[in-house]
Order: sequence, then C-alpha cells, then structure tokens
Amino acid sequence: MAEVSEPIVRIRNLSKAYRRGTQVIPVLTGINFDIARGEFVALMGPSGSGKSTLLNLIAGIDSADQGSIQIGDVEITRLGESELARWRAGSVGFIFQFYNLIPVLTAYENVELPLLLTHLSRRERHEHVEAVLNVVGLADRMDHYPSQLSGGQQQRVAIARAIVTDPEILVADEPTGDLDRVSAEEILLLMDRLVHEFGKTVIMVTHDPRAAEKAHLIRHLEKGELSVT
Amino acid sequence: MFFLKYILRNLFRHKLRSVLTIVGVAVAVLAFGLLRTLVGLWYSGAEHASDTRLVTRNAISLVFPLPISYLDRIRGVPGVTSVSYGNWFGAYYKEQKNFFANYAIEPRGYLELYPELMLSPKEKNDFFLDRKGCIVGERLARTYGWKVGDLITLKGTIYPGQWEFVLRGVYHGKEKATEERILLFHWSYLNEAMRQTVPRRADQVGYFVVGVKKPELAPEVSLAIDSLFKNSLAETLTETEKAFHMSFVSMTEAIMVAIQIVSYMVIAIIMVVAANTMAMTARERIGEYATLKTLGFKGGHLGGLIFGESVLISLCGGLVGVAATFPAAHWIELELAQYFPYFSVSSETILLELAAALSVGVVSGIFPTWRGATIRIADGLKRIG
Repeated sequence: MAEVSEPIVRIRNLSKAYRRGTQVIPVLTGINFDIARGEFVALMGPSGSGKSTLLNLIAGIDSADQGSIQIGDVEITRLGESELARWRAGSVGFIFQFYNLIPVLTAYENVELPLLLTHLSRRERHEHVEAVLNVVGLADRMDHYPSQLSGGQQQRVAIARAIVTDPEILVADEPTGDLDRVSAEEILLLMDRLVHEFGKTVIMVTHDPRAAEKAHLIRHLEKGELSVT
Repeated sequence: MFFLKYILRNLFRHKLRSVLTIVGVAVAVLAFGLLRTLVGLWYSGAEHASDTRLVTRNAISLVFPLPISYLDRIRGVPGVTSVSYGNWFGAYYKEQKNFFANYAIEPRGYLELYPELMLSPKEKNDFFLDRKGCIVGERLARTYGWKVGDLITLKGTIYPGQWEFVLRGVYHGKEKATEERILLFHWSYLNEAMRQTVPRRADQVGYFVVGVKKPELAPEVSLAIDSLFKNSLAETLTETEKAFHMSFVSMTEAIMVAIQIVSYMVIAIIMVVAANTMAMTARERIGEYATLKTLGFKGGHLGGLIFGESVLISLCGGLVGVAATFPAAHWIELELAQYFPYFSVSSETILLELAAALSVGVVSGIFPTWRGATIRIADGLKRIG
C-alpha cells in the first residue's frame, strides 16, 4: 500500500447552491475536508446529497459559490476558465459512469486525446498510450472502437485515458455503476492497483457499498454536509 | 490533423443524415447556379453587344418603321463608317412552336457590321447573289436538319403568307455568346413583295444599324443622327447596341429580379435546413463536448470541430452541386435548345455557387458552434447516460 502522506486536497468552507428560477437550492454547505496524497476516498450518500457536485468542484469542472479548494499547490477556485482547462488537462484524470468515450475514435485515439494538448511528439504519444493500454490490459484492443468493446473494457479504456497524462488525482463518478458484478470487480481492482502501484490519489463517488469497501476512507454526504466513516 | 480526422469521422457518423444534407445543399447550389446562369444569359446579349454599333429606330416605338430614304442621310453623318438596316420578320417554320428570330436585312452592309457571323466566302457570295437566299446560324440549322441548298418555307405573321427561301449559308458564331438561332434574308425580297401586295408598307425599315469609327464617338453620332430627323414624321432614337438590347431586357426586368430573389431564397431555405441539422447534431453530442472540455480542450477546439463539420458538409454539397451544374446545363442546352440556345455556366457562377455553399456552412454552423463552445461541463455531462 502506498504511504498516506500530506494532504493533496484541502477543502475549506466550501458551499454551492443551484438556482432554479428565483429558488436557491443549497447543495453543499460549509464543507471542510482534506484528502491525503495516495489515498483512495469514497464519497457516498443518497441521490441529491451533493456528492457528484463535490467531485465536480474538486475536479475543477464546476465553480464553487464560496470557499476554497487547494489541490497540491494550486488554489483552483481562483483560476480562470482557460487556466482551469490547462490545469485539468495535466493534473486530474476523469473516470465516468458511462465511460464517456468518443464513439468515432478507436481505443488508442480515445486514450491519446489528453496528450494532444501536450507538446509530446507523435512517437512519444504512441509510447505513452501503449504503456497505459498495457497497464489496463487492452493493448491488443487499441484499434477497436468503443462499440466493439464490452462495458468493462470501455471503462478500462476510460481509465487508461484518465492516467495517460500521469495526473496525481483521479476522480471517478460511479465508475462501476453501469457494469455487471464481474466487470465492476475488475475495475475496482484496477483502481486499487493505481493507488497502490502508481501512487494515485483516487476520489470516487459511489452508491455501491462493495465498491466503497475498496477505499481507505468513506465519506458520507447527507443534505450537503459531510461525515466520516 | 487529428481534428480533421475527427471532423471527417463525425461527418459520416449518421450517414443518412449527412448524405441527405449534402444532397440538399447540392440541389440548392445546383438550382442557384442554374438560375444565376439564366439571369446572366438574359443580359448576355447586351453584355456582348458591340460598342462601335449603334441602332437607330423610330423614336415612338420599335413597332413603327422608318423610311429607307434615311439611309443616305445617316451615312453622311461624320463618324459613321457604314450603315445597314433590317426588319423584324417574325415568321415561324411549319408550326407556331417552331419560332426563332428572323430578319430581313441588307446583306452586304449587315454582314460587314456583324463580323461575328462567320460564313465561308463562297456561302457569303452565294447569299449575296440570290435574292431569295437566306443564311441561318449553325444551331438553328442543326435543330431543323437544314443543309445548304434546302428550300425553307416560313409562315409570316407580321407579313402574312408563305415565304420561300433557299438556304445559301450556315454561319458560325465567332464567340460562344453569338446567337446562332437566327435566319437572315434579303430585305429587298421582302420589300418587293410589299410593293406588290401592300405598297404602303414598302420602302420601310424597322431599324438602321450604324457603325461608328470608335466607341467614344457614339454619343455624338447618336445625337447627330437624331437631330437630322427632328420634327419629321418619323423621328429617330439612336442608341448603342447595348442600350438597344437593354431596352428589351428591361421589359422583363421584373421577371429577372424575381428569379434572382428565388435563387437567394433557395440558398436561404437550405441554410435553415442545414442549421437545423447542425443544431441537432451538436445537441446530440453535447455530452461529448463536455467530456472533451473536461479533458482540457477549450471552447475554441470544440468550436473548430463543430464549425469545421458544418463548413465541410456544406462544401461537400457545394462541390457536388457545382459538379452537377455542368451536365445539367448541357442537358438544358440539348433538350431545351429552343428556349436556351446556349446555356453556358460562367466561372463567376461557379464561384458564386461555392460562395453560397460556404455561406450555408458558415451560417448554419454559427449557433451550434456557439452552443458547443460555451456549454458548461457539468450541464453537458448530465446529458450522458
């Protein structure tokens, strides 16, 4: 197991509300929490509790109304849209419930996507993509389109895409939510490997207690407030 | 390179939709091109008119004749190089549907003034020597299968009766725009018949064609000719050949404007259809755009993808439309020769077609591009699943 060290995520007094017409619906209220480097954290809670919103805020794909989120040395709530995009490209890997692969691109091309924003040469990109496809065990399927892969294989391609830029943090929103039990188990094992072998910090939203069991720490969100398990 | 590959793959993601859109744009561009060509051809007679030829006609209207006696007086006007004359004959061949332009002319002066009507010296000479002789354009001869030496009988409308002519020559147009569906015969043949049957219509011409030394003299010579016949029973109006043609064209100006409007409407309609297709496409892919943004791609990247696809799909349609314009124009030339003696698509029309296709792509891509580029990631991701 990777050594759990200093916090890589520092969240202070974080609040977020949605507006529906004139109605203001608070989703997160005064959230404070840290996540240590190399930790595997599961966020659980009922639907509408704000766990996906919290994950989006940590990943820099949504903006907070109040409070701060510091990832490593970067205070992401202060970044502009363009800086945030650049930061996301290099610092966070995303794993989605429905894989979110581009259907017209092959597994190889999907994984290569984040590298197109880097200065790597074509050959270097090829090396990186091949390496991560080997990690997820799909090197032999690199020319397949998503529609030619099973759900579990698609999620593995998505994981390869998430780690190809070697980000410190991986955020996963219900990564096993669309998979059968066997495939889900494979994905969880893979994520566990990423934490233990590659030292990644994983923050996972899940409804599945079996998935949450893999985490070092389970955090429950209830009506926008956080509790520890 | 990657983006181009991505755009191309997106283009054929929904093959039927893309093909239908491309066909739609192609048909619109084709229709636009053919309508523009039609409008262009309508004005081409005026555009190709000589600037050293003037036409003198009755100042009241073209339907009123002028006395032949004006000929020598016009010849005497300084700056005039040669003068000829003619009458609109208005006859048809066998049936009324076989109608084409036919004129009674003074052959020598006329052919001298119209060097674009090219005849062999022998044919020209044969025509000059035979008072019942006529010449026709190559296209007209081809339409009715006439050959030199054939007897052609026309039925007169303005000058009633059966009129027999012997075909003495088939002229070729010097340029493509030269009208090749005309029959020309001796004015003296008509005049002699008039003297015998309707003497009051004898020694009258419909118009004089006046050659001038150089184009700059045209206004001065026109003025001089018209002042010669001021306050006479048949006052004249002299104008350049171009203005003369334009006076005909202007009679149908409203129709031409309507055709032009229709041609733009066709493009506007396909613009709306293409915009709807692109909006639908972008709406379906909002989740993908959000994913790409999540990965670090910016609004500009996504805008380029959507806009590129919109422009590419329209340009594909435009190129198909342009490619179809040539065979379509050729078909019109062959099958509708009696209405469109030549139906030549100009390079300007091709450029306009491509510009129309491009504008369809640009306009139809604006809204989806804006929508795709500005989508909030969290909103876009909610669309998946």
